[in-house]
Amino acid sequence: MIPINFEYHRPTSITEAVETFQQLQLDGKGPLYFNGGTEIITLLRVNQFYTNTRAVIDIKAIPECCYTGFEDDHYIIGASIPLAQIETMGTFPLLGKNCSRIADHTSRMKITLGGNICGKIKYREAVLPLLLTDSELTIAGPSGQRHVPIHQVFDQHMNLEQGEFIVQIRIPKLFLDVPFTSKKQTKIDRISYSLLTVSAIKTEQQIRFAFSGLCNFPFRSQEMEKALNQCQLSVEERITEAIALLPSPILNDLHGSAAYRTFVLRNTLEETIAELEGES
Amino acid sequence: MKKTIDFTVNNEQKSVQIRSADTLLITLREQLGLTGAKPGCENGDCGACTVLVDDQPMKSCLMLTAETANRSITTIEGLHDTPIQKAFLEHWGFQCGYCTSGFIMNCHALANIHPDANAYEIENWLQSNICRCTGYEEIKEAIMSVLKTKEAGTSG
Repeated sequence: MIPINFEYHRPTSITEAVETFQQLQLDGKGPLYFNGGTEIITLLRVNQFYTNTRAVIDIKAIPECCYTGFEDDHYIIGASIPLAQIETMGTFPLLGKNCSRIADHTSRMKITLGGNICGKIKYREAVLPLLLTDSELTIAGPSGQRHVPIHQVFDQHMNLEQGEFIVQIRIPKLFLDVPFTSKKQTKIDRISYSLLTVSAIKTEQQIRFAFSGLCNFPFRSQEMEKALNQCQLSVEERITEAIALLPSPILNDLHGSAAYRTFVLRNTLEETIAELEGES
Repeated sequence: MKKTIDFTVNNEQKSVQIRSADTLLITLREQLGLTGAKPGCENGDCGACTVLVDDQPMKSCLMLTAETANRSITTIEGLHDTPIQKAFLEHWGFQCGYCTSGFIMNCHALANIHPDANAYEIENWLQSNICRCTGYEEIKEAIMSVLKTKEAGTSG
């Protein structure tokens, strides 16, 4: 049972959602935008995070948030599309693969793409394909709507202004079917938090890498990519250089020690490079 | 802080007074007396509380009742003599029974949505539920038998 009370609002337009947020904010109700809501519900139940929330604004009835389709050079996925749906869409196989390894199938019927990439949980594997493909986000807020490169607003966490929410994710079409690999390693079972996840795509110029479960946040590192693409060096040397460039200490927790994660990372990177450098 | 919402539960129109913070699991059990959906982890991990919302499996501990306004809910109490219920009996797909209603709801949805599900899809869907008695093989046999029956066109 969730011990606190809050209001529930379900706007049907972007404007209504933003205005509702502003009014609730003025009323001191600490509103939260609510998509799948799985993290909000589970954390409120144990009275962790979001405990000042007295109102949630469910954005799933906003048509733009539920849209999927092509617009110009982008493939658009509404922020309220559940991960289980993305898993079966087939348009962006890398994203489908990563989504298919988040939580379990029934939970993925509820967890949304927007919710996963905005969550507090450290893994958020759905963001990796978006970082790798230089995707854009359509963000709505008090100042209107804007398209923003994900790299401008995602640094360890999604950094939105107060009152803003993600309406859509815009993936450049040219990256939808590039060669890719994504490996989620878990401690024991298939359904589990990530020991580490390495996702990679091969573009004309190089291999791009993004990571989750390795540090306290998901990330793509240009410096590590540069090291891993030094083809004049051996794969082992490249990996050693890349590990020295990690943006934060490797996690050391119940899912795996830092030393074990480093060992698994080395093997996973070797496999990833072998697969993608072997691609014609 | 209570408000009224209307929805359909097991093909009956219902009107309930809820807190917006109430989960569907709480409302089904405490207001409607439908105790087939079981509280297990209440954290979205175990699947014992699985029900159908508009025919899709959902963990009722992960859904606010407020989200289900004007939608259709099916609980284990709404299933009668379905092929999957018979299959669970025939294949001994339960031991202590606590997880059974959640498994049956998920299997029922799978059989209806993907009657031709392959081994990967079966495992992908059923990994959403945990059986602490570890009766997984029997449960898998039960769902396989229903899918095979459907493939043979001998069941609705």
